[in-house]
Amino acid sequence: MPLSFSPEAQRKIAETRRQYPNAQAACLPVLHIAQDEFGYLSDEALELVAQTLNLPTAHVFGVATFYTMYHRKPVGRHVLMMCTNVSCMLRGAYDTLRCLEERLGIRAGQTTPDGEFTLVEEECLAACADAPAMVCGQRYFLHLTPDRVDEALQECRSLPPTHGRRRS
Amino acid sequence: MPADRNVKIVTRNFGIPNSNRIDVALQRGAYARVQTAFHMAPAAIVEEVKKSNLRGRGGAGFPTGIKWGFVPKGAQTVYLVCNADESEPGTCKDRELMYWDPHLLIEGMIISSYALGCRHAYIYIRGEMMREAAVLQEALREAYQRGYLGREVQTLSGPFRLDITLHRGAGAYICGEETSLLNSLEGKRGWPRMKPPFPAVRGLFGQPTIVNNVETLMNIPAIIEKGGQWFAELGMGRSGGTRILCMSGHLVRPGVYELPMGITLREVIYDVCGGVPGGKRVKAVIPGGTSMPPLDGDELDVPMEFDALMNDPRIKPVEVRPGEVFELAPGKPLRTMAGSGGVVVMDEDTDIVAVCARIMRFYAHESCGQCTPCREGTGWLARVCTRLAEGKGRPGDTDLCASIAHGIAGNTICPLGDAAAWPMLGFITKYRAEFLARERGAPHRAGPVANTAGLPNAPLLLSPGGA
Ligand SMILES: Cc1cc2nc3c(=O)[nH]c(=O)nc-3n(C[C@H](O)[C@H](O)[C@H](O)COP(=O)(O)O)c2cc1C
Ligand code: SF4
Ligand code: FES
Repeated sequence: MPLSFSPEAQRKIAETRRQYPNAQAACLPVLHIAQDEFGYLSDEALELVAQTLNLPTAHVFGVATFYTMYHRKPVGRHVLMMCTNVSCMLRGAYDTLRCLEERLGIRAGQTTPDGEFTLVEEECLAACADAPAMVCGQRYFLHLTPDRVDEALQECRSLPPTHGRRRS
Repeated sequence: MPADRNVKIVTRNFGIPNSNRIDVALQRGAYARVQTAFHMAPAAIVEEVKKSNLRGRGGAGFPTGIKWGFVPKGAQTVYLVCNADESEPGTCKDRELMYWDPHLLIEGMIISSYALGCRHAYIYIRGEMMREAAVLQEALREAYQRGYLGREVQTLSGPFRLDITLHRGAGAYICGEETSLLNSLEGKRGWPRMKPPFPAVRGLFGQPTIVNNVETLMNIPAIIEKGGQWFAELGMGRSGGTRILCMSGHLVRPGVYELPMGITLREVIYDVCGGVPGGKRVKAVIPGGTSMPPLDGDELDVPMEFDALMNDPRIKPVEVRPGEVFELAPGKPLRTMAGSGGVVVMDEDTDIVAVCARIMRFYAHESCGQCTPCREGTGWLARVCTRLAEGKGRPGDTDLCASIAHGIAGNTICPLGDAAAWPMLGFITKYRAEFLARERGAPHRAGPVANTAGLPNAPLLLSPGGA
């Protein structure tokens, strides 16, 4: 069955479209809406975005692959972005990352088999003064040392999915 | 006269409960300065901002009033874009500023838009900042509801109405560079544009556009309230206002602090941040985000002011090779720069080569791939630095890094190339012996805590542009 946007997403898209003098400028926000709607950006989702905004499919593919937050493959319900950049590294972020990998049984860049978590090694999250830092959706985990990883993962499970409603 | 450390312009609402709600913000004076501004002529506001010596807080430190003055007279459509993409490693102020005081940003944008003749402004917020995007969206909704936005008002220069749209990025450091940001806002890949033309002449949707950092715009209301001269006098030399420093790394009290412009690095580290844990020595400090060359432990007595960090002779110039100074222009050696205010402090046990390798990996990952020196050069730097850090260095690797960096610097479309090359040269200039030791495979002798233990375990990623 071909993909389609829910009425709510359609309303959001129409509202977004009004914020810009041309349709192309709505490309990033509509890709976000599509990702929230479908959980990730499959080829079909990108075609739907292209159709909706009346843009060349190649353009939408080019944009979607440029930015790291657009997922071209299914991701877990919770995307864990663990910063390992300098300020966090100096305060042990690689120990935390290893601990996360161990607890989840995956390497950075992978998704757990149960589809709960995707672990991403992130660049600076602008929380350097509270390093090491991890973000899951709207929740920041600060001073995240290995001894606090279990507690953090427990809390993450109860958070809403990182990318919207996951209608799939 | 020592400057008053208690003057808070943009952080005065930090820690106030519900400071992001409009009722609390209004009680604390939000939007009061909009009325003052509307009784002024737009040109008079630009003049006041010029007088204030406000310099851009996004990284380059360019005088804001002068930039505003570049908008062609009589332009029909002008855009103001707030750069809220904050992703320079070590920098964490804009996120906090937006979180604690979104209404001050909106107020600053209303006044700035009026001064510039902008009718529709955009806030480009970094995609990862989902919480701050929600806070801002709610603040915008409140501002619309109360009529500060989206409603026509009478001003000295006639009717005025402003809309502000929040635009989320999607993960790409390069989109902080203003022309890349504009392409991204237009719905394209974030590829930087050739300059000139500068955005002030031809920017968003081909129209004159002013791009300003979050902190820059949040200073505007105070300039309107208290005057440009007050703001200029608060600062030091040609830099007006206060200085926000994001203090991270090996510190007892890291944090985001609003401080006098002329405060020295030593005062910030020891008086404000409580020094280094365990009483250790400072080995290196990145003074303004990872794009800036580091200072060593003997260079802590310089003021954190824009010009001082560029010119103070107490800062050793960056070299291409021993004895050969890297010059930004004839007779103008590169020392360091104030950048984004992201200060990263490293103690005596820090593995400098590993830190440098991590920084180079960042730039290699974030290069947009448009120009060859940057795309290829940052990748080489990351690989050679990483093998040095892993103790698999080869003889000559240190000079190889320096020559690659030298080949990138000044030869690219946008300053990301310099942002990788400058710190590379800076680290080699100041810690050459450590790099040379690693060529011979000598391991880093870490202290009891392996501060910098571990290097990236993910393989080097290709640039997102893929080119
Ligand atoms: C690679 C690169 C990344 C940048 N990232 C940011 C950023 O995240 N935020 C920002 O305000 N400015 C950033 N800048 C600086 C902007 O290009 C621009 O100078 C600034 O937004 C202008 O605002 P200001 O004059 O108020 O500082 C970056 C520049 C470069 C070259
Ligand atoms: S310098 Fe690097 S980031 Fe900038 S345009 Fe060239 S390749 Fe892209
Ligand atoms: S370096 Fe980790 S949040 Fe900035």
